[in-house]
Amino acid sequence: MISSSSNISSRSKGDFLLSWSVRLLALTTGGLLLLVVAFLFHESWPALQHIGLSRFFSDPDWYPTDNSYRLTSMVWGTILATTGAVLLASPLGILSALFCHFYAPPLLGRWYRHMVELLAGIPSVVFGFWGLVVLVPMIGRWHPPGPSLLAGILILTFMIMPTIMLVAHTSIAHVPVAYIHSASALGFSRWSMMWHVILPTSKVGIFTGILLGMARALGETMAVLMVCGNVVQTPSHLFDPIRTLTANIALEMAYALGDHRAALFMSGLFLMGLVVLVVCMAEALRHRNIYVATK
Amino acid sequence: MSRQSKHVQEYCLTVIIWTAATMVAIPFIWFMSDLLWNGWSQLSFTFVFAAPRNAGREGGIGPILISTMLIVGVCMGVAWPMGLGTALFLSEYTRQDHVLGRLIRGSLDVLAGVPSIVFGLFGNALFCQVLGFGFSILSGGLTLACMVLPLLIRTVEESFRVISREQRLSAAALGLSKPTTIRTILLPAAIPGLLVGGILGLGRAIAETAALIFTSGYVDRMPESLMDSGRSLAVHIYDLSMNVAGGNPHAYATALVLVSLLFIINFASSWIAARWTSCNQLPT
Repeated sequence: MISSSSNISSRSKGDFLLSWSVRLLALTTGGLLLLVVAFLFHESWPALQHIGLSRFFSDPDWYPTDNSYRLTSMVWGTILATTGAVLLASPLGILSALFCHFYAPPLLGRWYRHMVELLAGIPSVVFGFWGLVVLVPMIGRWHPPGPSLLAGILILTFMIMPTIMLVAHTSIAHVPVAYIHSASALGFSRWSMMWHVILPTSKVGIFTGILLGMARALGETMAVLMVCGNVVQTPSHLFDPIRTLTANIALEMAYALGDHRAALFMSGLFLMGLVVLVVCMAEALRHRNIYVATK
Repeated sequence: MSRQSKHVQEYCLTVIIWTAATMVAIPFIWFMSDLLWNGWSQLSFTFVFAAPRNAGREGGIGPILISTMLIVGVCMGVAWPMGLGTALFLSEYTRQDHVLGRLIRGSLDVLAGVPSIVFGLFGNALFCQVLGFGFSILSGGLTLACMVLPLLIRTVEESFRVISREQRLSAAALGLSKPTTIRTILLPAAIPGLLVGGILGLGRAIAETAALIFTSGYVDRMPESLMDSGRSLAVHIYDLSMNVAGGNPHAYATALVLVSLLFIINFASSWIAARWTSCNQLPT
């Protein structure tokens, strides 16, 4: 920042106006997060007061119209779908990033990267629609009913793989060239170079990408809403329909009133806490990464 | 380890990596060709401009395109000035390590990670109920504005930061006041960044569904004002495929329109960004 506050001309009315309006705008956008949290708290307060936290996990089931508010099976739905997607997408994303850097011919590598970038920009509702008309009937033929935890996992994998791949790609590109040259000078095979040089150097970046992908999977609504079947139950195997926390909000918000509405806001607040935790972990890692790189 | 087993290991790894790459490419090609194949046959001039009939099974997407443009227009009309102001503050009016700047940046980072459905809840509570806008294009646009702000600010701030120190020093040496420096030196130099930020925000806003279903609503009529409920393209796809039996053909066509729009946006932003980096290098 170059300050010109000692200028005579900077005491003009225009400067005063601009600096204060800019400050005001910055404070507004900075305060937006507080506003979001405050509103979620305010709207979910009736639920905390009338229902209480423990009943969200101890009630017999989720029948909001009969005053029964168990969220457990939806929490399980969210956790299982996210875990499955992260487990599938991480190796795919990391291997694709390695493919782009070390295996593909340069032109193919570039095209591949562009393809993944395009994939990253496709709206979730289009993924969900494709899952609904192509993937779900296929799974249904193999093992009825079709809309299932498996369909959710596959669609989420498809959606978060680009995030993981692109972040891994960037952090592999930042491995100092000298490391790679030294490794080849020492006669490392391609495998040992990747395993002992590339992956250890870029692991923080790769892990950040996985966390960001995880945050995306946790908060994803439309795609899982369209392919998972939305039955409130704790799934016992991959082919059971599930309902996630996000899908539950999207489905019931339209007609929810009173405590029911408050309970949905409550689950939104919970979801936001979860995602913010993951994002903060990713941010902390990223800053550590920069620190290590500049040291 | 023997030479032989090393070779085997190397070979296996190559096979695994090529398999993984193929496993990513095949669904992508399948997805795109499916969308093109089924969407293209439905797509026509009348489809793009006509009004939907019979819950969207017949007719077109004219009013929905208009609603989408209005929602995105409101969103960018609010987010762009706010984002520009905040980015100016962060890059020109505070030091990089100042507490306030760090707090604002941190809060925006967290905001960027908040799921869109949570923004939908927030927008429903604040804009639809407390401010009394109801299910309307205005509520939807404002909700989206909150959502795209972090992305917008980060890009714009970055474009101010890369302007060289010499340019600021020269301006200060010439005795230019801060508003003049910003107007005549910084803004023109940062225009590509402002455009890229705007375009990225636009792309995110067009793609959004979850934040809109209970802020801007479902109504597929031609909106008469910003206080009318309006359905965006993404919500139209959702509604056709989930709630309308026999809506799939038109959902395909709408999805094709939406994805084509996003591809154009994507190409525009990377083209501007590429030109920007090639123009912005100082002569050496």
